[in-house]
Amino acid sequence: MNRNMKYIDDFRDPATARALVARIRRDAGDAPVRLMEVCGTHTVAIARGGIRPLLSGAVTMLSGPGCPVCVTPDGYIDAAIALGRERGVLLATFGDMLRVPGKSSSLEKEKGAGLDIRVVYSPIDAVSLAAATPEREVVFLGVGFETTAPAIGGAIRTAAERGAGNFSVLSSVRTIPEAMELLASDPDVAIEGFLCPAHVSVVIGSDAYRPVARRYGIPCVVAGFEPLDILLGISMLLRQRKEGVARVENEYSRVATPAGNRKAQALIRDVFVPCDTGWRGIGVIPGSGLRISDRYAGFDAERKFDAPVVFSPEGSACRCGDVLKGKIRPSDCPLFGKACVPEEPYGPCMVSSEGACAAYFKYGGS
Amino acid sequence: MHDKILLSHGEGGKRTRDLIAKVILRYFDNPVLSPFLDSGLLGRIGGEIAFTTDGYVVTPPFFPGGDIGRLAVCGTVNDLAVCGAKAVAISCGLILEEGLPVESLERALAAMRDAAKEAGVTVACGDTKVVERGKGDGIFITTAGVGVAVDGWRPAPSEIRPGDRILLTGTMGDHQVAVLIARRNLDIEAPVLSDVAPLSGLLLPLLPRFAGRIRFMRDPTRGGVGVTLNEMASAANARFVLDEARLPVRESVRGVCEILGFDPLYLANEGKAVLIAAGEAAEAIVASLREHPYGREAAIIGEVQEGGSGVRMRTLAGGVRAVDYPVGDQLPRIC
Repeated sequence: MNRNMKYIDDFRDPATARALVARIRRDAGDAPVRLMEVCGTHTVAIARGGIRPLLSGAVTMLSGPGCPVCVTPDGYIDAAIALGRERGVLLATFGDMLRVPGKSSSLEKEKGAGLDIRVVYSPIDAVSLAAATPEREVVFLGVGFETTAPAIGGAIRTAAERGAGNFSVLSSVRTIPEAMELLASDPDVAIEGFLCPAHVSVVIGSDAYRPVARRYGIPCVVAGFEPLDILLGISMLLRQRKEGVARVENEYSRVATPAGNRKAQALIRDVFVPCDTGWRGIGVIPGSGLRISDRYAGFDAERKFDAPVVFSPEGSACRCGDVLKGKIRPSDCPLFGKACVPEEPYGPCMVSSEGACAAYFKYGGS
Repeated sequence: MHDKILLSHGEGGKRTRDLIAKVILRYFDNPVLSPFLDSGLLGRIGGEIAFTTDGYVVTPPFFPGGDIGRLAVCGTVNDLAVCGAKAVAISCGLILEEGLPVESLERALAAMRDAAKEAGVTVACGDTKVVERGKGDGIFITTAGVGVAVDGWRPAPSEIRPGDRILLTGTMGDHQVAVLIARRNLDIEAPVLSDVAPLSGLLLPLLPRFAGRIRFMRDPTRGGVGVTLNEMASAANARFVLDEARLPVRESVRGVCEILGFDPLYLANEGKAVLIAAGEAAEAIVASLREHPYGREAAIIGEVQEGGSGVRMRTLAGGVRAVDYPVGDQLPRIC
């Protein structure tokens, strides 16, 4: 562990950071360059590192839709609550989901009112929970991206092997490249470069972004989550722009590879099939969801309980959708910091610790 | 004596007496407690009196580097110490759950005895209650403490001024990470020990020497250094600026935080203090702290600046950002 941690120090060196900031400013030119960090972990790392103000005037970092909690539609929360209330199932969830608002309630409020909701740290814990409570139906709220999908898939496979008939998953798993394509094709968003997620890329491989780079002429750089990873990733995007090229580059090559983790990909293909799915604030993105395959239909809570998740575009003053698309910054939303604060979130981007609004609020980004 | 706590151990009859005489008094035999009166008679205490109380409900009660007994003494001793008071006497209220192994109780009592001895404080009175199985979590302890203040020193947040330095007596987050690992539902193994320790021996000798220059002290327990500094900054109506590069964090703790997405700034400590001190005395205070076993990794972590109030941090990347109160528990990241 010691050596690993020293290794992390190398990615936090202040002198190198200063040099990179100077290079970014040199390469940026006059008008601020519009780049998007797709992933919520990047959003938090940028806010925690105080990076946004360092680059102000040179680079505008837009925060993308890569926070699984933030893009989970309210219809999903409502479906989960209905399963608990009407079917008496025991709901197992990641803690982040508790405060996400549904149409009229949240899991946290329902838990307070007596619904049996357990927080787990990993999908496999929900399988163990099912084994420990054989008289109850246990539904795991499977929310996440390609990073979480193998763990959810693994839990479903384990449940199948063990014959855990009282375990199922309400799937809300999404894939990142499809969302990036939608944003790339939106002229209002006008993205000049994508800072691509670190962990997602470890699974899907950096080659997964090649269609985005090729079709839309937008440079893509996979970057790690340390401050220097981010600054170097931004600098690489600006270099591509300066050279007039748009390709996929990999700053995070110490972990992510062009092809990704084939074993995890095979697991995802075995348990899930792509589907169209609704993203909160964005709408339905074709092929961007992963539903549970027919082979594991018995573990699909939507089919098991005949409880389909209904997606309806929300209409309210909340502008999370525009935040997730990078059209506005969190502080531009009329609710930000007033009707919508982390203690009483109105929109999902304020709920999750990885949400753009929460990161802006907590670390004072502007 | 039984090997498990029974409801009748709390009913006031013979079994209660047995438990007290055969178990509890074995650990707390002293001239104040042993006469077994309804109050401990402390005699005359010279000086200004400080008084505090706290409840301890940590789960699990035994964790790497400490246990609920040591915590119950140190927490109260430290609340007195950061107010400049030397603990003289503490109480020991035990709330035991039916079925608790007597051996576990004895382990906690032995730890209380040892911590009290280390801090030079007398366990002067106590109470034992037993609750039905399922109505408690093994063992809860409450302690109240009486202390006598060091002459000539009082907490003075209003004396904090620009140019003052922010000092921390050691690494952040050791206690909370040790407890999290002990809960075992995280499947992480890392050699992290709780820092639970009495701080009176570290802090109180400094006060006469640096009277007037140490302005304010707090122990950053629940909510960690981040929350404590926010509270101190609002008490002082001052602007604190931390230096990320100077924040002491053990490598093993940082490793766990990296994996789980925790910020060590918000993790609880049970053997650390934050001090605000005059700039010109800060280096000398750090040097003195480092001479003590509980202050070896003491550091200046920031300074008080002009303009506004609140807590900011100069980051390693060279930026500046706010350090605010966290909302709710810190939860592991999900992607």
